[in-house]
Amino acid sequence: MDSFIEVYKILAMLKFLANKSTSHSVNFLIVLVLASLLSACGQSENRVAQGNKQQILHMGNGAEPQGLDPHVVTGVPEHHILKGLFEGLVVKNPHTLEVEPAVAESWQISDDGKLYTFKLRQNAKWSNGDPLNAHDFVWSWWRALQPKLGNQYVFMYFPIKNAEQYFKQEIEEFTEVGVKALDDFTLQVELNNPTPYFLQLLDHYSTFPVHRATIEKHGAPDESYTQWTRPGNMVSNGPFSLDDWRLNKHVKIMRNTHYWDNDRVRLNGIVFHPIDINTTAERIFRAGQLHYTYETAIDRVPWYRENRPDQVKIAPYVGTYLYRINTSLPHLSDKRVRKALAMSIDREKIISTVLNDLFTPAYSVTPPGLLGYQAPKTFSHDPEQARQLLAEAGYPNGDGFPEMELQYNTSDQHRKVAIAVQQMWNKELGVNVRLQNKDWKVYLDDENTGNFEISRGGWIGDYVDPNTFLDMWITGSELNRTRWGDERYDELVLRKAPSAKSREQRFSAFNEAETLMLEEMPFIPIYTYSSHHFKHPSIKGMPSNVMDFYNYRYVWLDEDWDKKPSASSSNSPSGAN
Amino acid sequence: MLRFIFVRFVQAIPVLFTVITATFFLIRQAPGGPFDSEKPVIPAVKRALEEKYNLDLPMWQQYTTYLGDLFKGDMGPSFKYPGWAVQDLIASGLPTTAELAFYALMVAIVIGVLAGVSAALKPNTARDYVPMSLAMLGICMPTFLLGPLLVLIFGFWLQWLPVSGWGDLPGDKILPSITLGAAYAAYVARLTRGGMLEIMSQDYIRTARAKGLPERVVVAKHALRGGLIPTVAFLGPAFAGLLAGSFVVETIFQIPGLGRFYVQAAFNRDYTMILGTTIFLSTLIIVFNLVSDLLANWMNPKLRHQLRGGE
Repeated sequence: MDSFIEVYKILAMLKFLANKSTSHSVNFLIVLVLASLLSACGQSENRVAQGNKQQILHMGNGAEPQGLDPHVVTGVPEHHILKGLFEGLVVKNPHTLEVEPAVAESWQISDDGKLYTFKLRQNAKWSNGDPLNAHDFVWSWWRALQPKLGNQYVFMYFPIKNAEQYFKQEIEEFTEVGVKALDDFTLQVELNNPTPYFLQLLDHYSTFPVHRATIEKHGAPDESYTQWTRPGNMVSNGPFSLDDWRLNKHVKIMRNTHYWDNDRVRLNGIVFHPIDINTTAERIFRAGQLHYTYETAIDRVPWYRENRPDQVKIAPYVGTYLYRINTSLPHLSDKRVRKALAMSIDREKIISTVLNDLFTPAYSVTPPGLLGYQAPKTFSHDPEQARQLLAEAGYPNGDGFPEMELQYNTSDQHRKVAIAVQQMWNKELGVNVRLQNKDWKVYLDDENTGNFEISRGGWIGDYVDPNTFLDMWITGSELNRTRWGDERYDELVLRKAPSAKSREQRFSAFNEAETLMLEEMPFIPIYTYSSHHFKHPSIKGMPSNVMDFYNYRYVWLDEDWDKKPSASSSNSPSGAN
Repeated sequence: MLRFIFVRFVQAIPVLFTVITATFFLIRQAPGGPFDSEKPVIPAVKRALEEKYNLDLPMWQQYTTYLGDLFKGDMGPSFKYPGWAVQDLIASGLPTTAELAFYALMVAIVIGVLAGVSAALKPNTARDYVPMSLAMLGICMPTFLLGPLLVLIFGFWLQWLPVSGWGDLPGDKILPSITLGAAYAAYVARLTRGGMLEIMSQDYIRTARAKGLPERVVVAKHALRGGLIPTVAFLGPAFAGLLAGSFVVETIFQIPGLGRFYVQAAFNRDYTMILGTTIFLSTLIIVFNLVSDLLANWMNPKLRHQLRGGE
């Protein structure tokens, strides 16, 4: 309706223009245009204030979600939505990151750590009111393992006995896979090896249950991207259910009254706004239209620290920023060269100058915060020793060392880091580096096919355990890409750690493996990621943690956030009260 | 006239066919594929995906299959958003983008024609120099600068207008329309000034003045129709350009339109989406060029005469 009025105004002006065109009427017209523009204004209440009243959370959510089928999609924006729509057997506590009951109200683990027996709660329901039971999980996991479905997170199931063999069609019968419904509310899962992080995998969306009748109504169970995830069709089991999904505009999820813990849920709904550009998200946040952004805009962080320190949320994150080295190239095959490159980078300086102090230096691939695992520190910033190592390798002062190419996927932040590293290598080692930015797909292709010398990379842990950072570097792993491999390392990570009897033993195997790898330096760790968001002070119940994890069940919005006396305002002059 | 339209349509067919063929084969030359991701894709999963999109067939067979489907009006599922067919995605974004482009065009016409006419009536005075300098600035200033600048002034400092959205808050359509229209307003102003200057020195304008007609009638009734011909010829391609070029504005203001699909598709190697949007936009450009030719014909008696004589 609005748009018709606007069109009408414009048409009226045109007509007016056709009839009169003296300088008087021109001036008059300008006034008219301005007036009509302004008449449409008048600031209405912003979304944040409105949301606080109605308990509707407005989240900036990066890219438009590819889909909402938990067994098909990958990616963080999808994850943010799915953890509101669905719930697995267990869920992480946002304060401790230890698992706590969700659909399962309790569980038992056998002494050898291979047999899990989950007791499901009787009052768990789907959003259409159907009861949710153990058979739903068996069927859902069967579906997730169908090769035709294209589940890219299928490896989450591989700790389960015979799951990998079934997926690869080496065995025919799903009954041989280690998952059984003993009765309606008892689910038994048998593993290949004791897997200390197994319970954490059950909080990943790829292991969430899905509603059989709904999926079968809209296509074959192993058909991906059918209509079952559309508003009106979708049935889910989490605190919220899908209300509206408009492409490039928003995904809206609203309270699911059938949810077993509905009384505890305080939010009435969440609106996810797909905003792919951080600076745009920051503008929208600053205008009071978003409660939370997908990320900060790094360049804006100093301003917020200065002026609105209660609106930035920065916390260490289980992720590592690194440079992969192609160890198959002659000039990079010598580990002394690789160590020299690693030691000559001044990480603290990079972080303080180009990264606005958002991150922390990394000297290992495993970040801190992995449930007590201590990463080895085998080297430090030492240009003197770096020069010596390079000289020993036959390149004193960088003489005779060929010019190298450092590739990164196009991004301002990667460029800034690369320029700093380029200068440090040139100044400290006399090594010349050419920078090459590449479009994301080209960059991936070149990295996968080994068409690079040094390549930017990063890794975010899939779960809180050193394994997710270490098993990617075994010989020939598709994530390794450095052409480096070591039998002893493979032995430690693939056999010694999984068969360890205690957490200490297991961690010491990981520690030995990581020390060995850092001696070889097939990649250069640069910094540990931080999660960083703009967050409105009215958001409560969303603590910081190393997984950047939060549970919407605990989140609520405080309408009176600005009325309570805060610690800083207590310094106001006496008598003001 | 009908024959003219018919000939133009026949000419359009090989053009479109070339566009389809060139796009189809060119995008496949770009390194990296639609299913590449940071995490390696399990081979069985990749095979399943390739089957779904016919990527397992030889290239020529993929091409003929695509052409066959296209003829039936099916552009296939998007690679990036496999839950949607490309034509559905285009249909979902088009109304918004068309609305934005229409308002931008209105902004361009109103501001551009006003500035151009006012400059042409008093050439080489302040009323000529000021709007024309602004027009030059408008052409030079990229939308990714103008957009945030307008947001800063009207959204944050004055707090008159919303900083983002489309149809969510009152007035949120104003800044995007002005941002997108500004550069085109500048072109329109320069074209109008040129056209008007030429017309105002014509004999029939002197005749009209000699008849004692008031100046505003001379300008509005006699001069404008001829003086706007270059502008009208520009509007067809301009509208197509606005539709295709709205990406930056849609991104700055969070508008759920077509432009974002178009550019993201290229980054994602979303083969079907790139093809679909390219075909769609080339068709639009062809159609709007035709429309503006017809309009120019209607406005220009000389051309109309030529066309009849040719028949």
